[in-house]
Formats: sequence, C-alpha cells, structure tokens
Amino acid sequence: MFRDAWLMASKDLRIERATRVGTGQILPFGGLVLILFGLAISPVYQVTVAVGVRRPMLAQAAPGLFWITVLLAALLALGRSFAVESTDGNLDALKMAGLDPAGIFLGKSAAVAAQLLALQLVLGIGAFILYGPPLADPVLLLTVVILATLGITAAGTVYAAVASGLRVRDTMVPLLVLPVVAPVLLAATKATEAALFGPLDNGWSWAMLLGVFALLYAGVGMLAFGPIMEES
Amino acid sequence: MTSTSSKATYVVGWAAIVGLALSLLFALVLSPPEVNMGDSVRLLYVHLPTIAVSYLGYGITFLGSVIYLRNQSPFWDLLAGAAAEIGVLFTAFVLVTGAIWGKPTWGTYWEWDPRLTATTVMFIMYLGYLAIRRMDLPQEVRSRRAAVVGIIAIANLIIVRYSVQWWRGLHQGQTLGVDTQLDGLMLFSLFLSVVAFLLLGAWLLIHRFRVAWLERQVEDMRLARALSERRGEAGGAALGGVVS
Repeated sequence: MFRDAWLMASKDLRIERATRVGTGQILPFGGLVLILFGLAISPVYQVTVAVGVRRPMLAQAAPGLFWITVLLAALLALGRSFAVESTDGNLDALKMAGLDPAGIFLGKSAAVAAQLLALQLVLGIGAFILYGPPLADPVLLLTVVILATLGITAAGTVYAAVASGLRVRDTMVPLLVLPVVAPVLLAATKATEAALFGPLDNGWSWAMLLGVFALLYAGVGMLAFGPIMEES
Repeated sequence: MTSTSSKATYVVGWAAIVGLALSLLFALVLSPPEVNMGDSVRLLYVHLPTIAVSYLGYGITFLGSVIYLRNQSPFWDLLAGAAAEIGVLFTAFVLVTGAIWGKPTWGTYWEWDPRLTATTVMFIMYLGYLAIRRMDLPQEVRSRRAAVVGIIAIANLIIVRYSVQWWRGLHQGQTLGVDTQLDGLMLFSLFLSVVAFLLLGAWLLIHRFRVAWLERQVEDMRLARALSERRGEAGGAALGGVVS
C-alpha cells in the first residue's frame, strides 16, 4: 500500500514539475486572492479587540482570510489532481496496474498536501507582509498548517474522487468539499489566531481537532476509495 | 406497480391530514402562550417536528447507503435518495421557521447560533449529496458514489455540529434553550405535531420512493428497447445483404 502511495505521489509531483500548473497558476491565483481581500477590507479600518487594544481589521482577520485563500487554492489543486487522471481512461489503467485503492488515495492526497504546503509557505509570507499580524507562537502555527493541510487534502481527495469523470466536475468539487471542510476552516482559523495574537481560546485544542479530522478522513479515504473508483 | 398510491398511503395520507389539523388546533388555540416567549412559542410546534423529520430522513439515507453498499439492491439506493430529498426539504423548512422565530426572540433573522450555523452547513452538504445523485454517470457507479457520500455525511454532520458548538460555546452559552419549561398541554401539543409531521414525512417518502422506482423502471425499459432496436437493425442489415 505505501509503495503504491509513493508511486502515485511521485508520479503526480513529476507531472507538476513538468507542467508547473501549481507554481504558474495556482500560486499566483492565491496571491491574487490575498490582495483582493486587502482591497475588500480597507487597511485603515480598526477593530477593538480588548479594552484599549486596537488593531487593523485586516491583521485581526488575517487568519480567516489566509485559510479561505488556502481552501480556494486547494480546490484548484484537487481539481487538477483528478483532471490528470480523467483523460484516456487513466483511472482504469491505474486499477489494471493492480494498485491498491488505499495506496492511490494516500498517494494522491500526499501529492496535493506537498503542493499545498509549498504554496502556504509563499502565501503565508505574503499574508504576513500584506496584513501585518504579529506572531506569538511559531510552533503552534507550524503544527496548525501541517494538520489543517492534511485534513483538507484527505477530505478533499475523497470528494474530488467522487466527482471525477464528470463533465460538471469543476462545479461539483467546491459544492462537495467546502461544507465538509468548514470545521477545518473554523479550527484552523481559531488556532492560527492563538498562534498569532497570543494564547487565547486554547489554540492547541483546536489543533487537536484538526489532527482528529485529518486522521478520520485518512481512514475514511482508505476505506472508501475502493468503492468510489470501482466502475460499473 | 404503476401508481404511487395504494391503500396504505391513502390511510397514512389521511392520518397526516387529520393529525396536522388537530395539531393546528392544539398549537394555535388550545395550548397556552409561554411565560417568556409569549405566543412565539407556538412556532416550536412546527420547528421541532420538522427537525425530527429531517434528521430521520438523513438517518434513513445513512442506513440505505450502508445496506446498498453491502447488497447492491436498487431498493435501498432509491430509498436513501428519496429520504435525503425529504430531509433536505424539511431542513429548508427548519431554516425558514428558525429565521421567522429568530426575529421575535433574537430581534434578527440570522444569528450565529451554533445550531443554526451547523444546520445551514448540513443543508448545503445534503444538497451536494442530491447533486451526486444527478450525476451523468452509469447508474451503478453513481449509486455507489452516492452511497459512500451518504455514509460519510453522518460523520460530517457530527463534526460540523460539535465544532460549531465549541466555536460559539467559548464565547456565549446557548442562545435559545428548548429546556424551557413546558406544561402538560404544551408537551401534548408538541407530541401531537411530531406525530403528524412524521406521518406527513412518511407519506411523502413513500410517494417519492415509488416515483423514483418507476423512473428507474422506465430507464431500464428504454435501455432494453434501445438494445432490441439495435439488434433488429443489425439483423435487418444482414438480411438485406443476403437479398441483394
């Protein structure tokens, strides 16, 4: 299973290296979204976060805006991950090659996760520059980024597979994935708030929720990928 | 089966009508207004039963999906789909009655109340499930994918529910508790309307299921006819070849 996963992941990453869709299209898109949020929420707006403490609204909203940007980018990456399989009966070829469905799931998720992590490194630096929030706990931030990414990719891969082979795939994936990852957005935003602005609302418990979500969906995906990919 | 009604649905349908009429009487006339909420408490007799029916619908979808994956029987697949439609319909009612209730109690149609927020997300999630059931895929592939999603949806429901509750719970308590004191008559009115709505839900479910069943049969008949036509063409062509 893990050998198959490794094969899948390295294949997808090689395709990415050859086509550069992630760096050439998804990354600029994410950067653009970050800038558009800045235009929507004026940098001069201030919010009172505690008695006598005022902060630019953009900095205060930075965690949520960052994670929405990541989700939108993830939708594109997930769509891309299955677009490369949908032509020329690729999925059938994968099955005939005798690959374990659980391995295919893990490999595809891992490839998307690797791309998303690279993306977040750049977008994260961009968000710090554009929105200017403080950073109180880098360890928590790193943990949140990793766990949230694993959750988004595991759940996203399951639903992207459900929508694969469809003419309406591009519209189906967001409809299916976004409500499911709403808890990830919530938990990641709260935990990131704690990591940026200092200990509030128990950031590590939210991180734990992210971990549970990721584990749960990794399990679901490994079990469900067989029935999802089976044709007729 | 050529019609969606039968003696059983006739009885269930009439029982639902009588039950709804009775619960209208109890909810609007006989039961007293509540001490804190006044007359707006009467919305409870619509709101709570609709939630009950929609959750029951999602429960049936889950069950049908599990059984379908085990035995591939179209019965459970179609039942799961029909139940999800009833669930979504009643969730829409829940959201609307919740908003109407919110206006007098909270002073606003929308409040970031954990239940309201989670229910809205759940609503959209099941719209996604229904969208899967309409995908342009071979029927068995579509049914299997829908079943997988129908099963996972329950886990999602629980996660969404608890995470949203936790999110709000850190700041404020429940905005609106159903643990409000209900006297005997109010409790009875509530019980009556739950029964009436369950009957209504069951009636809708049976009809919706039978429509889906008939649709499936028409689909199969079309396929069979198309197959025999193609065979006929092939035979005719061969015959023509011999004659000329």
